[in-house]
Amino acid sequence: MAEVLFFLAALGAVTGAIGVVLVRNPFFSVLALVFHLLSLAMLFLLLRAEFVAAAQVVVYAGAVMVLYVFVVAYVGAAEPAHLRAPVSATQRSVALVFAAALAIELFIAVLGSGLKGIDTEGAPYRAGFGTPSQIGELLLTRFLLPFEVASFLLLIAAVGAVVLARRRGGIHEEEERVTATSLLRPVGTGTMAEAVGALTGTPAHRPLGPPTDEGVEREPAESAPRGGW
Amino acid sequence: MNIGWYLAVSALVFAAGAAGVLTRRNPLVILLCLELMLNAANIALIAFARMWGNGDGQIFAIIVMVVAACEVCIGLGLVVAIYRRRLPIDVDELRELHG
Repeated sequence: MAEVLFFLAALGAVTGAIGVVLVRNPFFSVLALVFHLLSLAMLFLLLRAEFVAAAQVVVYAGAVMVLYVFVVAYVGAAEPAHLRAPVSATQRSVALVFAAALAIELFIAVLGSGLKGIDTEGAPYRAGFGTPSQIGELLLTRFLLPFEVASFLLLIAAVGAVVLARRRGGIHEEEERVTATSLLRPVGTGTMAEAVGALTGTPAHRPLGPPTDEGVEREPAESAPRGGW
Repeated sequence: MNIGWYLAVSALVFAAGAAGVLTRRNPLVILLCLELMLNAANIALIAFARMWGNGDGQIFAIIVMVVAACEVCIGLGLVVAIYRRRLPIDVDELRELHG
């Protein structure tokens, strides 16, 4: 039974990995990676790493992949073939040769290492191995420092992502700045430009009725970004 | 199953990820291939944890997952920033740092 499950999961993991590389559409690459991660969770269960398998499914295949799907949907999934020449044949073949060499080298390094434990099923199973309680105890006693460093790293990465992805560079031509003070003050009491009728207030002050033609002509300027895939 | 089989799967997945990093040009897909390589390392770590029968390798795998999440966070932030600047999302054309 364990053999059958292993070969199913291993086949799923390897085909998922190859699918990520070969599929042209990034959206389907993400789906192939989700399949790969689920197969991997099954392998982890076979290795009796219950907590890591659960974290893999919930955090990795759930949260991180949702982030990927959001970004692929935002940036645009389709890769129009007419916009780009394919990767050159020499680069592709050199990469394949390199990957094959790497695989063979890893096989030799791992399977020829002479470790006696590799040919066994591992140490005899002890009750509680890989359960959340054991992982939690290790994280809070022996590995407290790596745990804290990891949490600090997550904080830094979150701040870094916000800094990287925010808007910058002043006001672009098709957008206006809405500041906190402009939301607080009433209409027409702000700047001199408003007083002489040159400016009709910030977007927060626009009347609620049907959109003005000013708003209508703003819309198409936002669409059709240059560039692409 | 013997531990060696798991290590073989790990080697295959790592090689597939390396091939993807070398052949694809979309930074999103390159990030996905980096995830593949990190996951290959995770399989090996957990297989060795099973081999020795203690939980250190599993802790290592969890830390690797944290690092992968940070890497995805920063990488996707970069992709969004590139898209906002209206630059092509293609690592062959974004080569200001190439020299």
